[in-house]
Amino acid sequence: MPVPAIELKNITKTFGSIIANKDVSLSASRGEILALLGENGSGKTTLMNMIAGIYYPDSGQIFIDGKEVVIASPKDAFRYKIGMIHQHFKLVDVFSAAENIVLGLNEKERFDIAKVNEKVRTISETYGFEIDPAKKIYEMSVSEKQTVEIIKVLYRGADILILDEPTAVLTPQETRKLFAVLRRMRDAGKAVIIITHKLHEVLALSDKVAVLRKGEYIGTVLTKDTNENQLTEMMVGKKVSLNIDRAEPKDPQDRLTVTALDAVNRDGVKVLDDVSFVARSGEILGIAGIAGSGQRELLEAIAGLQKVGSGSIIYHDPKTGVDEDLRNKTPLEIRDLGVRLSFVPEDRLGMGLVGDMDIVDNMMLRSYSKGRSFFVERRSPKSLAEKIIEQLEVVTPGVSTPVRRLSGGNVQKVLVGREIAAAPTVFMAAYPVRGLDINSSYTIYNLLNAQKESGVAVIFVGEDLDVLLELCDRILVIGSGKVTGIVDGRTATKEEIGLLMTKSDHIEGLHEEGGSANE
Amino acid sequence: MSDLNNKAPAPEKLPASPAPEAEKKVREPLFHIVKRAGIPRLKAWGIRVVAILLALLLNALIIHWLTGLDPLAVYKSMFDGSFSTSRKFWVLLQNTAMLLCIALAVTPCYKMRFWNLGAEGQVLIGALSSGALMFYVGDKLPSGVLIALMLGAALLSGILWAGFPALFKARFGTNETLFTLMMNYVAIQLVNTMIAIWVPSGSGVLGIMNSRTNNGWLPTVFGQKYALNIIIVSLLTVFMFIYLKYSKHGYEIAVVGESENTARYIGINVRKVVIRTAALSGCIAGLAGFLLMAGSAHTVSNTIAGGNGFTAVLVSWLAKFNPFVMILTSLLIEFLQKGAGEIAQAFRLSSDIADIATGIILFFIIGCEFFLNYRIMFRHKAQKEGK
Repeated sequence: MPVPAIELKNITKTFGSIIANKDVSLSASRGEILALLGENGSGKTTLMNMIAGIYYPDSGQIFIDGKEVVIASPKDAFRYKIGMIHQHFKLVDVFSAAENIVLGLNEKERFDIAKVNEKVRTISETYGFEIDPAKKIYEMSVSEKQTVEIIKVLYRGADILILDEPTAVLTPQETRKLFAVLRRMRDAGKAVIIITHKLHEVLALSDKVAVLRKGEYIGTVLTKDTNENQLTEMMVGKKVSLNIDRAEPKDPQDRLTVTALDAVNRDGVKVLDDVSFVARSGEILGIAGIAGSGQRELLEAIAGLQKVGSGSIIYHDPKTGVDEDLRNKTPLEIRDLGVRLSFVPEDRLGMGLVGDMDIVDNMMLRSYSKGRSFFVERRSPKSLAEKIIEQLEVVTPGVSTPVRRLSGGNVQKVLVGREIAAAPTVFMAAYPVRGLDINSSYTIYNLLNAQKESGVAVIFVGEDLDVLLELCDRILVIGSGKVTGIVDGRTATKEEIGLLMTKSDHIEGLHEEGGSANE
Repeated sequence: MSDLNNKAPAPEKLPASPAPEAEKKVREPLFHIVKRAGIPRLKAWGIRVVAILLALLLNALIIHWLTGLDPLAVYKSMFDGSFSTSRKFWVLLQNTAMLLCIALAVTPCYKMRFWNLGAEGQVLIGALSSGALMFYVGDKLPSGVLIALMLGAALLSGILWAGFPALFKARFGTNETLFTLMMNYVAIQLVNTMIAIWVPSGSGVLGIMNSRTNNGWLPTVFGQKYALNIIIVSLLTVFMFIYLKYSKHGYEIAVVGESENTARYIGINVRKVVIRTAALSGCIAGLAGFLLMAGSAHTVSNTIAGGNGFTAVLVSWLAKFNPFVMILTSLLIEFLQKGAGEIAQAFRLSSDIADIATGIILFFIIGCEFFLNYRIMFRHKAQKEGK
């Protein structure tokens, strides 16, 4: 049996009281794609960061080609030809692809961009990338940026490649292309490790699957010997029903009518372009799209956090029957109109909650201004906090724990719990299950369903198309700030939505901040 | 402080491991640093005490090495600086109270992450405006009315001095650090100008005003000149604690400071909170100026704040914005300063050596915060734990 390119033995890593990895042992060989599978928060990224020299393990050993090594810094990792492509790209926007690729390299000879371009082209041809070395990063789409990151590590001679959730930001079509490239790398004798939590990708791509659950190593299986059910079981421990109950909407009434909404961001780039849709009570309206297509701006515009140009956002008050235009009103003005709008933003700790405050004080965010007293009233927020902790099974040492200390799923339960407690008539949630494990995700889905059944108009921005298709009554697809289609959640297919997502893709630059729209 | 790029729930960890020295023999780095989940209060205070003892020890060595003096004698004289006579003790309390008062002034700003470096100027302008009243109408009004007017003028001018930069920040997004800092110089030059006008001789020294009539002087309580100042600042400390912890304003300040996005999301009027908080801050700094002027100095000079506007920032941060802890930190700093002065005098040393000693003590106190937040794991220990 050949010596594995990289082998981990009994790796343990803790952050304070949180055990991120416990006694993990696994190996990857050359000419092989290893999928590291696990729910979000199961310690996959932490484990790979230790190989990449970003974290240092508390205990355990790492072997490269059978020899024990110490990887104390990313520089050490380079020396052992390990290259990691992180989930969040680390590129300089105003530099070209080639400039980013050589950035930080300490080469002896004089810098010669033509030579670099040539070498980048050779690498591209070998593995089948499509990239223009002279193109600036800010002009690139997400998948192009990812390509630059991959070439960057190949340029440095990496032959052990780690990719952290590379498909999270890609369309199905782009994913297919990436997989072809990864297969070519495998055939060229490289060891490829791909972190993911998407089962179908694991089955489609990998040769071997290693599974982590809550920081513990569960086991490695050969992809050809396994199936979706077995992997799910390894991943979540017990079998969870993958079915989400979807009741027929009861007596849907128009609650929110958005008409021809336009908005530009701070850089003057159009982020919403003629967006129109209706959200109805008692149904879940899903919003699908590639990350950064205007989903955030749309929800923030409704919540009064994003300035909009023309268009209107009409709220139909179910009690009084009055129509109110929420366009360019502040959150305070919206609340004063009696509009009960709850919003779970994408950035939970940066917007929805205050990380350093405890659960009680975070409950208070919505209610503190009530009453005319000069002092805050902490009794009812405290009982609300206790109620949410009990009902949503939030794992926390107590109500006075800063929310930053909680795990992602528990943070989200606190936030969603608070927003639901405000008894909304419109409930908006942006990526509410991002970073959550399967059980927490289902808690959130059930909460959204419960809101829908009690007659709330729910708007749900999601990234997992399978979930959108199982949960939503209607799905609005947004591409480059435009509505590219609204489909029925019960009949639409993934391919259909995938196509709609990329429909207006030829207008580049809207996917990412700082891009330029040349329309 | 929140790092927006770091969305991982796990706390960050510093990779601080020396590169492997020997390639052949695989070695773990000598130590690495791990973030603590929390620390028992007793242990935390233990670490602080050890830090102070270490600082004293290092100081003793340095003093002995540089001057050949007996470190114990030097420490004793340091103590004498504050406690040898009852007058020195009262001066210590008065100075602590004033430093604390200014620290209380800047605290709401820093809690809101509004970098107010202008307390020095806000104190000065408070002292100047109350001094101006004393100069112009000091013998025309009854003392009570005069004091009330002086107080009003000091508070108002303090509000103005801090509110102005806040207004610009809220409206035009100017940088408050530079703006507040520059306002200090405006205040200093204003003081210089007024003194030049008031003192025709050109000596530049105003001298004590109303020293015969004591008109516009704060009354003496319990037979102690400084007692009233100390009582006022004590009450202010309690007020500030309650204001920050239990009032809606205090809550808004905390939210804006931690995350402006959350504040916007929840419908807090960030501009309003910024201006209101800066104004409060300036108001208290103005009060400090008034207390200095009417309660102890009875004159105006451009050194009346004595750099406390900046030292107060240190006091506030060291206490993590807790007004009650600030009593301790301001007392410590005043004690060190008095001690340093005493050492310099008693042993005829240059004041630099005293500054070195003070610096070392502060360095250790601030430095030990690192050990409160992080744990150092040594190689052998880590291996033992791993087994």
